[in-house]
Amino acid sequence: MLVLCCLIYPALVWSAAQIVPGHGQGVQLTHNGRVVGFANVGQKFDRPEYFNSRPSAVNYAADGSGGSNKGPSNPEYLATVHTRVEAFLSQNPTIKRADVPAELVSASGSGLDPHLSPAGAYAQIERVARLRNLPIAQVRALVAAQVEEPLIVFFGPAKVNVLRLNLALDSLQGR
Amino acid sequence: MNTELLGIATIFLATVALAIPLGHYLAAMYRGDRTPTDFLAPLERGLFRVAGINPAKEMSWQQHLLALLTINLVWFFWAMLVLCTQGSLPLNPDGNASMSPDLAFNTAISFLVNCNLQHYSGESGLTYLSQIVVIMFLQFVTAATGLAAAVVVFNALQNRSTEKLGNFYNYFVKSITRLLLPLCVVIGVLLAFNGSPMTLHGKQQLVTLQGDSVAVSRGPVAALVAIKELGTNGGGFFGANSAHPLENPNYFTNAVENVALALIPMPMVFALGFYLKRPRLAYMIFGVMTIGFLALLAPTVYYELHGNPAISSIGISQSLGALEGKEMRFGAAASAYWSITNTVISCGSVNSMHDSFMPLSGMSQLLGMMTNAFYGGCGVGLLNFFAYLIIAVFIAGLMVGRTPEFLGKKIEAREMKIAVIVTLLHPLLILGGTALAAHTYAGNPTEYAGWLANPGFHGFSELLYEFTSSSANNGSGFEGLGDNTPFWNISTGVVLLLSRFLPIIGPVAIAGLLASKKYIPESAGTLRADTATFGVMVLTVIIIVAALAFFPALALGPLAEHFSLY
Repeated sequence: MLVLCCLIYPALVWSAAQIVPGHGQGVQLTHNGRVVGFANVGQKFDRPEYFNSRPSAVNYAADGSGGSNKGPSNPEYLATVHTRVEAFLSQNPTIKRADVPAELVSASGSGLDPHLSPAGAYAQIERVARLRNLPIAQVRALVAAQVEEPLIVFFGPAKVNVLRLNLALDSLQGR
Repeated sequence: MNTELLGIATIFLATVALAIPLGHYLAAMYRGDRTPTDFLAPLERGLFRVAGINPAKEMSWQQHLLALLTINLVWFFWAMLVLCTQGSLPLNPDGNASMSPDLAFNTAISFLVNCNLQHYSGESGLTYLSQIVVIMFLQFVTAATGLAAAVVVFNALQNRSTEKLGNFYNYFVKSITRLLLPLCVVIGVLLAFNGSPMTLHGKQQLVTLQGDSVAVSRGPVAALVAIKELGTNGGGFFGANSAHPLENPNYFTNAVENVALALIPMPMVFALGFYLKRPRLAYMIFGVMTIGFLALLAPTVYYELHGNPAISSIGISQSLGALEGKEMRFGAAASAYWSITNTVISCGSVNSMHDSFMPLSGMSQLLGMMTNAFYGGCGVGLLNFFAYLIIAVFIAGLMVGRTPEFLGKKIEAREMKIAVIVTLLHPLLILGGTALAAHTYAGNPTEYAGWLANPGFHGFSELLYEFTSSSANNGSGFEGLGDNTPFWNISTGVVLLLSRFLPIIGPVAIAGLLASKKYIPESAGTLRADTATFGVMVLTVIIIVAALAFFPALALGPLAEHFSLY
């Protein structure tokens, strides 16, 4: 039984994994010949000239995932959210308070969320365009091209992969 | 209807659509009829020959329980041995250390009882060898144990008087070779194709686009996640479980995993009906379970989609719902749906952090585990439901003034005592454990400050959740609780043992006792167990016994927090 469950079965799945992209190692993305991350694993983007990723309870440590586990009524947590909202508004002065994307002021479950909602990316367009001296329309088109629609159009939320978006941004400027 | 709601409706309908044919298959397979998987028979014969077991030898209910408990004891020592020495064993590319004895005790028991409470984080707490030969191995065999015990009960409920209830090892082995393994291969391959790693290489060091150095943990993830869901185990490869993007890379895998975890508990209900040739009974049970499930699901989805009122008052609109502890690729609705399926079914994997859900969503999760019989775990969910059924039959019998009987067998004092002990054990362990923890904490809040991540009512909910999850053999947590301490490791370990084996022993014993009684043919005066009226009766019993027993505790935790927020 041990042989069956622990040797033959994993071997079957392992051999199937060899024929997919990444060969069972996880899908890696490269930029200028350098591996810059896994497509599925979120990474920290807090520099203002990049589209920022969500706050992370584990600071995007990909070898120790986890969420904040803060309860909805925890005053300390609510103070943190408040600080994040103020910080976002000061970095993105053209955004109205009600339009601050909720995911950019709340931490994800894994601390490694690779995505934003489309609104979360669009809210950062003006800041990124200004700091990179790009026309706003061009950055907006770049984001629009990176929006991943719901599964087979109907199921689940639409989203944007932050790493892919920032890679496209860097490639655009030849960095 | 928006795409998030459409998504969860589709997941539910897909599960039911798969459950009915699979129920037919399970009934045929356990009965020994011809099935498409007969080509695996030589493999099973080989296993039986090596082990020296005669699969045709019929066993009594006492022999069944003896076999079950003996092999469980062997597995426990095996797991303890590996976990305590893993640091110096092979397949440890990240150089992780061996476990402390109390943590190894908790981990070994927690996986042995199909609970998968995790007081460690997979990335740093386990080696690849332990993940495969302890965690994954136990995830297979404990699911099969629950299934085999359920089939023994099926046998006992047939229309005859008998001591012979089939062969435990036969049901056990077939559960693995003809059900768990084939489905796991399919699910594992689907996960691998969608980007879950399946490798023995260690962490990958890299420099991110903006220039930070990170190490990305990997491992043989796809194979483990498949059995984690299918066997209603729930113990993930990584600390963040199925919220981790390598365990659950996209919305499609989320749907696959979410269907997979119901893919045995739900068909088992239908299998009961087809096995006994009483399909109406199965529809009644399925109806009661589904009503209970939807009653817990609806408020959770509602509150999660409407966001946190305390954050709204900061001025944020939260059009996508409450997002703390949730992943953008699933969204609020699919996270809420997952959290309820995983708590009513004693799987306990998470794709979002339950600690950060709205108070009433947290209460629905708690209630799912407190009743622990809406679909329930692999095999054992049905056993819990069986105990409620017996009580409902007894009360209904008293109400109409007849001798209570179920499927042609009289229910007498001995069966009733066992059923009541089994149903009351659950509240006793949960409330007793929580009381002990709350008392300890209140006695010295500074020394135990590391236990709670949240103050006030929510902190109490964290204590309550941990014991509920242990006693329901669920394994999810309000993970803010700092639970890797001797107190938590040992207290929950003991709760786990009691709450796994007594609810298996009890119903099997009742069924064994019923099986040996004389069969009374149905007449006009028989209380029919397969009607909607009786279904309402069972639901009422579940609400009275399970929900009301917990009301005071819920009032102190989630309800109090709800009214402080809204």
